[in-house]
Amino acid sequence: MSIDLEQFHETFFEESFEGLDIMETGLLELEHGEVDLENINTIFRSAHSIKGGSGTFGFTAVAEFTHDMETLLDQMRNGERQVTVPVVETLLGSVDVLRSMLNAIRDGSEIDVNNVSQMTASIKGILGVEDAASGAPEVEKYAQAAKGWVVHFKPYVDILKTGNDTVRLLRELNSLADQTEVTVDNESLPPLTELEPEECYQSWSIKLIGAEVSEDEIREVFAWVDDECDLKIEAMAEDSSDSIAASPGEEQSEEELPEKRSVEKRAGKSTESSSIRVNISKVDELINMVGELVITQSMLSRFGESEEFNDSTIERLKDGLAQLEGHTRELQESVMRIRMMPISFAFQRFPRLVHDLSTSFDKKIELIMTGETTELDKTVLEKIGDPLVHLVRNSLDHGIESPAERIKAGKSETGVINLSAYHQGGNIVIQIKDDGAGLNKDKILTKAKEKGLVNSDERMTDDQVYDLIFRPGFSTADVVSDISGRGVGMDVVRRNIRELGGAVEVKSKPGEGSVFTIRLPLTLAILDGQLVGIGDETYILPVISIIESLQVKSENINAVAGNAEVYRLREEYIPIVRLYQIFDIKPVSTELDSGLLVVVEAEGKKIAIYVDDLLGQQQVVIKSLETNFRKIEGLSGATILGDGTVALIIDIAGLIDLYQKDMASNVVSIKGAAA
Amino acid sequence: MATILAVDDSASMRQMVSFTLKGAGFQVTEAVDGQDALNKAKSQQFDLVITDVNMPVMDGITFIKNLRGEANYKFTPMLMLTTESAADKKSEGKAAGATGWIVKPFNPDQLLNTVKKVLG
Repeated sequence: MSIDLEQFHETFFEESFEGLDIMETGLLELEHGEVDLENINTIFRSAHSIKGGSGTFGFTAVAEFTHDMETLLDQMRNGERQVTVPVVETLLGSVDVLRSMLNAIRDGSEIDVNNVSQMTASIKGILGVEDAASGAPEVEKYAQAAKGWVVHFKPYVDILKTGNDTVRLLRELNSLADQTEVTVDNESLPPLTELEPEECYQSWSIKLIGAEVSEDEIREVFAWVDDECDLKIEAMAEDSSDSIAASPGEEQSEEELPEKRSVEKRAGKSTESSSIRVNISKVDELINMVGELVITQSMLSRFGESEEFNDSTIERLKDGLAQLEGHTRELQESVMRIRMMPISFAFQRFPRLVHDLSTSFDKKIELIMTGETTELDKTVLEKIGDPLVHLVRNSLDHGIESPAERIKAGKSETGVINLSAYHQGGNIVIQIKDDGAGLNKDKILTKAKEKGLVNSDERMTDDQVYDLIFRPGFSTADVVSDISGRGVGMDVVRRNIRELGGAVEVKSKPGEGSVFTIRLPLTLAILDGQLVGIGDETYILPVISIIESLQVKSENINAVAGNAEVYRLREEYIPIVRLYQIFDIKPVSTELDSGLLVVVEAEGKKIAIYVDDLLGQQQVVIKSLETNFRKIEGLSGATILGDGTVALIIDIAGLIDLYQKDMASNVVSIKGAAA
Repeated sequence: MATILAVDDSASMRQMVSFTLKGAGFQVTEAVDGQDALNKAKSQQFDLVITDVNMPVMDGITFIKNLRGEANYKFTPMLMLTTESAADKKSEGKAAGATGWIVKPFNPDQLLNTVKKVLG
């Protein structure tokens, strides 16, 4: 029977990468001086599993590499080796090497052999052993092949208590020779009254006549019980021949020896085919919902069969439809939950990152993470990783001061970066907070003026100034360090977050630090939408961005410089954006007081959108414009409404940008957007 | 057909063992650690137990020790999945009541051969 082991590879890779993350986390804790045995055990287990799996699935190089790591970890957990910084650093390095090996195998690319052998050498250096290759060649012990063997097998009385079966052993032995002679020794068999049925009293002598097997092969049969029996194996006296023939069994096992080292078999079809591990309870819930749905469906289908339709059937039809609606929503939520994963998957790389970076920057930094169990959509999770890394790096590089500066400023030597996640409304909020120097307002303004991002006479609030760091073409670093200045700026961070339908903003206080707040939708697939009418068109505003809707009182409208209008709302002036101008369509009315204003907020900025009418709220399925048409500024996607028409979904942050950018030129229109 | 309890914290190994044995017609129940396995073994009688050694919550040797103490598992064969290097684990396992072991790495054929041998 041959089984294609490849089908298990994807699972193996997944759990191995998880195992590596666990090892990394554990090792970082060790480094902080917390030597607890359970932690070392956990690290050991992960290494052990990877070794076992890689051996089984034919990734010999990985198995060999992990073997030395395992040995080292085993010594650590047995207390034979002290947990020192160099040892932990080496193991951390090994985790990286192992990760790159696994990645290479999965992607079908070449393993960096140099890297592997260097790391192997360092581990072996710690272990104090020579490279295995230079060791003395093992002396193959070829047993003498004889004309036959006599096996004296005397099991101890308790042999049955480990689940071993003497009959099985005899049967196996029997299969080794064409002809066998068995003698039973019943001498120690007690009288029936004293006989314990759970004990074994007999012993056997078995002659394997003409068996062409080695002594080792016979011993192999008894391998599991060698400490539970007396075993004597003798070559049969007559005609003991000198002819040495390697046994067939051994030859075979030589052939089966694993392939060459560096050419590991390519596994999995492609890295793209990502999978997701789902808690079984989530699946059960789903199945349960489908069951409910089927019941509702059969209930509703009865109406199709019945000929008559009267008031009472209509009532029941309504009930059924209401049930259907409920089930559909619950089903949708269950499906969504399947895609939800804890943010710890994105967070777990940060302890290592902060550890490595603080070493290279000579800064002392403590990382505190909270809310790691907060769940969000897998796609969002995967895409938020890089922006987060950028922001944390940024806090480390630009935010937190050097220990000397911190002491001078009267702060503790160790800086603190707080990484937290929590749910708020239908959003997930991620915050990166540092207690560093805060953003330098003057420096930002000077730079922004230099780059022509702001007019020199423009008056701006602090928050507006800080927001400039997200503008394209802005970089505050005097020296482009290899950490933060990798050619991507904060504008890329903001763009990436917006592509996820989210927003990022920054608050900062000089001397006290900065807080970057990212808001993300829980899912990319569905949105709670407010339908608004403008002329014949329907647009959708994300409910989450809406603060309030109001009827316009004309005395509260102020016209300011240029064409801009602002609305005074409780001592706050909010710019009015006429959506019909932006999208170049014909509204029912252009008079502000005959329509409505919807006040929305994104990234700390508010605008009041002028619309003809509010039409109702509903959940809408988001269809990408980019895949079906092209990206349009101010729009995040489209959806199909219940009546089959297409409605465009407004991207509030994008709309605010568009409004601000175009205010100066007074041309606020993107023709063709509504096409 | 014989029933087998396959215990491993590694999903890929568990899948492999389970898939192989099911393919040969055995009824396989999976468990993710010793404690899980113990619970399952108490609620259903198995003809054979195959368990990994290094596992969280309850390791394989403790599991075997516990299960061997159960009246209806006195003579049930219990195999450990272990690596060649772990000689002390073998004797530790034997002392706990293990029947024998299957050395990792193994391939599906080796697994099946051993299982068939044990189950006769």
